[in-house]
Amino acid sequence: MTADLTFILLALLTIVPAIWVVFSPNIVHAGFALLFTLLGAAGLYAFMGADFIAVTQLMVYVGGVLVLVLFTVMMTRVPHGEKRRRGLDRFVPAAVFAALTFAVLYKVVTAVEWGGVAQMAQPTVAVIGTNLMTNYIFPFEYVSLVLLAAMIGAAILIRESKPRDAQPEDESEVQS
Amino acid sequence: MDALIALIQNAPGAANMSAQALHNTAAALMATLMFTVMALCAIVFTWMERKVAGFLQNRYGPMRTGRWHGWAQAVADMLKILGKEDIIPAEADKGLFVFAPILVLLGSLLAWAAIPWAPGFVAADLDLGLFYIFAVSSLVIIGILMAGWSSNNKWALYGAARGAAQMVSYEIPLALATIPVIMYTGSLNTQDIVIAQQGGLANWYIFRDPFLFVAFWMYFIASIAETNRGPFDMPETESELVAGYHTEYSGMRFAFFFLSEYANLFLVSLIAVMVFLGGWWAPLPLLDVIPPALTFIIKGVMMVFFNMWVRWTLPRVRVDQLMHLCWKVMIPIALICVLGSGIIQMVRG
Repeated sequence: MTADLTFILLALLTIVPAIWVVFSPNIVHAGFALLFTLLGAAGLYAFMGADFIAVTQLMVYVGGVLVLVLFTVMMTRVPHGEKRRRGLDRFVPAAVFAALTFAVLYKVVTAVEWGGVAQMAQPTVAVIGTNLMTNYIFPFEYVSLVLLAAMIGAAILIRESKPRDAQPEDESEVQS
Repeated sequence: MDALIALIQNAPGAANMSAQALHNTAAALMATLMFTVMALCAIVFTWMERKVAGFLQNRYGPMRTGRWHGWAQAVADMLKILGKEDIIPAEADKGLFVFAPILVLLGSLLAWAAIPWAPGFVAADLDLGLFYIFAVSSLVIIGILMAGWSSNNKWALYGAARGAAQMVSYEIPLALATIPVIMYTGSLNTQDIVIAQQGGLANWYIFRDPFLFVAFWMYFIASIAETNRGPFDMPETESELVAGYHTEYSGMRFAFFFLSEYANLFLVSLIAVMVFLGGWWAPLPLLDVIPPALTFIIKGVMMVFFNMWVRWTLPRVRVDQLMHLCWKVMIPIALICVLGSGIIQMVRG
């Protein structure tokens, strides 16, 4: 009973802000609403006994991705600035992609055989660590390599976009 | 929390409580205790900060309120803040403006749950302890962004952008510096990390190997930046940004940011003590008479003092120097510490 109630609350925490993300006319509000959706998802993971995944969700999505998203939208909008444009040219591609995503997710949800959930949380971090270093060492190293390549790529992109003789222009801007 | 449960069990009239009731009572007590300690540390540290600043800059600091070295100054400040008008700017985004201080405080308070005060005396005895602490502190970043943007003020927005960029960057050397310790302990559990440092000064992780000594200083520098304090107080720079992301806040809402700053300061100091400086273990066998929780807090306050010392001694760095220091100096050094300490551990077996 308590477990059901916890699940319902966590599910609401995930879904209600998610609806807000989609329908809010203010894109910064949508970004902040995303925080609650991500927190709710982390709560659901913790509820299912996947404590490591829950904390990783917080670390990666709240601490990393969301900060990045907010950073980009925040710089372009003020609280009482322009609202999001609505039109058929945006609605049609969005609807197509949403329908396709929904179809894939529906297929996955119905195909997977869902076992029993909501056991008491057992610590998972030691098991995950051991598995990563033994059975899954190759995928683990492979993913590390991909991430390293992405990091180097990002560093190179930043270097290329920066003009070398920006110094004189800066000074003239200050004077004017 | 086990220690607390045992304590309640032995109290008169608690003999026939069910396990669930015991657990709930202990949890409620622990939460109240944490919040009280947090509020108290803000009061004590504001006074301490002003006195330390005074002594370091060859002046007195507060001297009159409460007669003895102005000890009541912080209390007077608190009362003043309680009585202040709560202003929400007309052009601010009201919902987010109101919610931001709560989120900032929530981030610090959640992290406090995994601090091991004494053997068996930790609110949330998580196997993920340290990882959990670093993860929930990211809520503070979101809170700062929220405060800066919703204020609809360019100083606040600049401050928030600087704060978020700085905290996201310095989180990396901060976490990397603790990895050698986690490798030694073989656990992320905060209690396990402290227990592994039993046996006097020589067994503290800071003195285990030279790389850990360097890692401690990496942690210390990153923790100053993480709490947005001088010489890395770019988000608040009063001479250029007025007060950064909390420019528009007043009264209790401002107090929330203030509380969170000092709670975070104490938090990073306590983590430094827990991870590198032996946690609740006394440095010398002679000092074992001091209760473990007191040892832990004394060490934490000493770390806070070091933090203040640095803040009032060094001049502020520039934004580009800040990022240069983080990405090109501290992260490579922290990575070398992880590698070097790993090799030493492998050689020692």
